[in-house]
Parts: sequence; structure tokens; C-alpha cells
Amino acid sequence: MSVPRYWRKQQNRYNLKGNYCETCGRYFFPPRVLCPDCRRDGKIVDYEFSGNGTVRTFSIIRTASDDYDLQTPYAIAIIELEEGTCMTAQVICEPDEISIGMPVKRVFRKIFSEGDSGVIVYGTKFVPA
Amino acid sequence: MREVAVVGVGLTKFGERWDTSFRNLFVEAGAKAVEDAGMSGDQIDEMFVGNMSGGRFVLQEHIGALIADHAGLTKNHIPATRVEAACASGGLAFRQAYTTVASGMQDIVIAGGVEKMTDVGGSETTDALAGAADREWEGLAGATFPGLYAMIATDYMNRYGLTREQLAMVSVKNHRNGVHNPIAQYRKEITVEDVMRSTLVADPLRLLDCSPVTDGAAAVILCPMEMARKFTDTPVKVLASSQASDTISLHDRRDFSTLDASVAAGRRAFKQASLTPKDIDLVEVHDCFTIAELCAIEDLGFCVKGEAGKLTEDGQTAIGGSIPVNTSGGLKSCGHPVGATGIKQVCEIVSQLRGEAVGRQVDAEIGMTHNVGGTGATVVCNILGV
Ligand SMILES: CC(C)(COP(=O)(O)OP(=O)(O)OC[C@H]1O[C@@H](n2cnc3c(N)ncnc32)[C@H](O)[C@@H]1OP(=O)(O)O)[C@@H](O)C(=O)NCCC(=O)NCCS
Ligand SMILES: [Zn+2]
Repeated sequence: MSVPRYWRKQQNRYNLKGNYCETCGRYFFPPRVLCPDCRRDGKIVDYEFSGNGTVRTFSIIRTASDDYDLQTPYAIAIIELEEGTCMTAQVICEPDEISIGMPVKRVFRKIFSEGDSGVIVYGTKFVPA
Repeated sequence: MREVAVVGVGLTKFGERWDTSFRNLFVEAGAKAVEDAGMSGDQIDEMFVGNMSGGRFVLQEHIGALIADHAGLTKNHIPATRVEAACASGGLAFRQAYTTVASGMQDIVIAGGVEKMTDVGGSETTDALAGAADREWEGLAGATFPGLYAMIATDYMNRYGLTREQLAMVSVKNHRNGVHNPIAQYRKEITVEDVMRSTLVADPLRLLDCSPVTDGAAAVILCPMEMARKFTDTPVKVLASSQASDTISLHDRRDFSTLDASVAAGRRAFKQASLTPKDIDLVEVHDCFTIAELCAIEDLGFCVKGEAGKLTEDGQTAIGGSIPVNTSGGLKSCGHPVGATGIKQVCEIVSQLRGEAVGRQVDAEIGMTHNVGGTGATVVCNILGV
């Protein structure tokens, strides 16, 4: 992926900056420009997530594409943030340590380094809280 | 709307087809379908081709024209369109062809699907397939495509007490069916132990829970029902064709173990055909992973949520059971050339309804197909009958 593509969403990836709809109170991460429930009646406001959440479901990835291969096996999870929205992220722990309902909190980490150029992409992962 | 019939079907052998190219795969399937319909290529009015990722797998775009050219259809300059919805691209091509004929816009339309996945390495394939889900917010986080279905499996097993063995039985059953399908990629029986011993890909899913990487193509020919007997003694009627959408990301779903788009597409198809799940004699569902077959059986209404593992264990989804599922061998044993699968499913139902499914024949008058794109962001269902 090109550098601008990461750069554009850097604040969101680094600091869990999303948004929410003032009309219906629904939170979004990744941010949305349109509330899918209220559409044009929605009022979208920026919001930084606390980063506290729980594991809703997970898997241990054993076969990955080249950019992620060195990290295998790693835990991937759907995390429900305390604001009620869900996101997909890695959880840094032993494969047998992760479980459904486990409390986690956000950390700033390297996600992967890209191809031959080795450009490092940073973002949010989670650790057991 | 006019009534529409399938009058010709054609399939290539599925597998690692190092011997043949992307374009030739399609031409082979298309020529077989035209031959099967006993018509001439000059009679074809329009073409739709399902293809997920020619751009990633063979570095080729503009696939509608490429295929029309090599199939000898540019002579009459017919409209040729590529359609894409990840693994549901084939299903989409069928539905486009169906609406084109049903609306009266065209009479004879070919719907095909093709994918050539083995010309790139395994890592690149995994990366390309991750594009079926949300590349920025699932893929970039490190979720592979099997990893997303694995998260569905983890959620499902935790909530409904599905056992690892029951999951394996889906694969065992589909491999048993695939033995009798001449085009299938893996024509060998496997045991529950084989599945349990195979390499972990993304826990709890193992290699033998996953559909393989496959080259292949499929094509069908549609025309108005009133014209069908000019081409064949055994026209198969399209009783319904439906499509539904849902969030691209699994994490945005209401319920990780229910594909709401399957529920919606299924209901629409049953409504259009004025039928219920009880009327269906056999179904081809999208078993890209074993867990996906169980979700599909439930989401389409063949049993209630949480019961499909038991139904499989009891043999009810096998040939001879109350609702045979994936007599073709499914994506698991037949193979899954992503763009072609939705059309292959229709080909299997047509063979069954014509009584031509040697070795795996079911006594059937009404069959259904269910084709999923991504983790359920697109679903296409069709009901066919004689
Ligand atoms: C599961 C998967 C990662 C395995 O790939 P891999 O690790 O590269 O496996 P290999 O190609 O090295 O195969 C190892 C062996 O198992 C066999 N094999 C591979 N996949 C198989 C499968 N799904 N079923 C049965 N046998 C399989 C191979 O033929 C090979 O046998 P051999 O050693 O006798 O030649 C890959 O098939 C995959 O990504 N599948 C999912 C595809 C997908 O997501 N499709 C989209 C879904 S909608
Ligand atoms: Zn809103």
C-alpha cells in the first residue's frame, strides 16, 4: 500500500481517533463520514476512544502473507471497545492466553514493515488489561 | 417479468491447471455450455463474466472484452461485462444474466465465471483474498481471510457447543461427495482424524477445513422459458434469483455467527419462488470453510441456529439424508476458483435436476444455490426447478 494511504489515517491508527453520531449516539471506529442509521440527519463529531475493551472472538493466525509472516503465530481478535463499537486488531499475548471476554487495553506498536523497502507501519494493538 | 430457463452448462476440470491459461479456461467452459445447449455462438446476445481478481492473479483487467474476444463473440460485438463481488462474483454474473433475460432486454445470455489462482505464490494468493474483506481495517490489522472465518468459528463454538469433530464432519462429507464428481480438485475420501491432524491455518480451522486454491471456469446459458425447448428437452427453470448486502467488515455485524445477508437473500428467494426450505430437495452452499457450511444451512432456514453440527453428524446433509448439501463436493473438495464457484453451483443443480449426476444422484425436482462474497457482505441465492 502507498505511503499516503497510511499517512491519511495515521491519527486514527495511532490514537484510535474515530467519531460518533450525536443524533443517535452510535460510535464509529474506523470513523465514518455518514452515520449508516441516520444518514443525512446524523451529526458526526470527532471522538478519541479510551482503548479499553474486551475480546469478543479471536483466532491464532499460523499462515499469513509475507508482510506478516515473521510474526506468526499471532492472535487476532474482534475487540468490543467500552463505547460499544467493535474493531479488529492483534492482541499481544501467548496463543493459549487469549479467551473470549478477556479485558484488553490499547498500545502503540509496529504493525509490519512493508516488503523490500522496509517502511515500518505503526498502529494500535492490544494487550491483556 | 419473463420466465427464464437454463439450457446449457459447461465446466472445466478444477485444480492446479498449469497446462492452461486464464482465457483458455473460460473458452473451454463457454464452448461446452454452447455445445450442451446445441446452439451456435452467433445466437448469443450478451455475456456476463464473474471474476474476483484477474488484476492480482494474472495481472489482467478488462476481462469482459478479453473473454468475448477469445470466445469468438466479438464478431457480433455483443456486450460483454465483468462483474465482481469477491467469491460471489459468479453468483452475481448469473443474477445479471437472469435479470437481463427476465426483463426482456435480451433473449440468449451466457453467464460465466473464471479464476486462475495458481499462477502466483501462496503468500500473494493469501494477500489477494484478504481483499474480499476490509483491506484497511481487517487486512491491515493482520486478519487473513481464513482468520476471519476462524473468528466466526470461535464465536459459534463458544455459543452453541459445536464440537471440533462435528466441524470436521462437514469436510469428510464433502470429500465423500467429491469422489463422484469428475471435475473435482480432490477426489479422495478423508476421515475425521485426517482433518484433526492437518496443519492449523487459523485456530480452530485446519488445512482440511479450508477450501483450496484452484483454477477453473464454469458457464451456463439462459434464455426465456418459452424458447427453451428449441435447445433442450430438459430445460431447468429459474424459480428465483436474489442478492443481498451487509457490512464489509465482520466486526460491524450484529451477530458474528449469522450472515444476515444469507438470511435476507434466502428469504427473498423463497418469497419469489413461493416456496419454503421444506420444498428444497438439495442445496449447494458456500462452504469456503467448514464453519461457513453450518452457518449457511441455518441462515437459509434448513434448521435452527446451533443445530447444523448435529444435523451433519446425523448424516442428514449427506446424499440420502433429509437435505443433501453440496453433492458436488462443495468448495472444499471440488475446489474454489473464486469467480467461477457461483456458476459451478448452478451447473451442479442443473445436472442433478436433469438426472445426470452419476454416482451422486439425488431424487430431486427443486434445488438451491447459495454463494457468499467475503465474510457475508454479498450473498446470492438461486432456486431452480424442473
Ligand atoms: C489452506 C491454505 C492456506 C493451504 O495452503 P498451503 O499451506 O499453501 O498448502 P499447500 O499448497 O502447501 O498444500 C499442502 C498439501 O495439502 C494439499 N491441500 C492443500 N489445500 C488443501 C485443501 N484445502 N484440501 C485438501 N488438500 C489440500 C495440497 O495438495 C498439498 O498436498 P501435497 O503435499 O500432497 O502436494 C490455502 O489452501 C488457502 O488459503 N485456502 C483458503 C482459500 C480461500 O480463502 N479462499 C477464499 C474463500 S471464499
Ligand atoms: Zn446516527
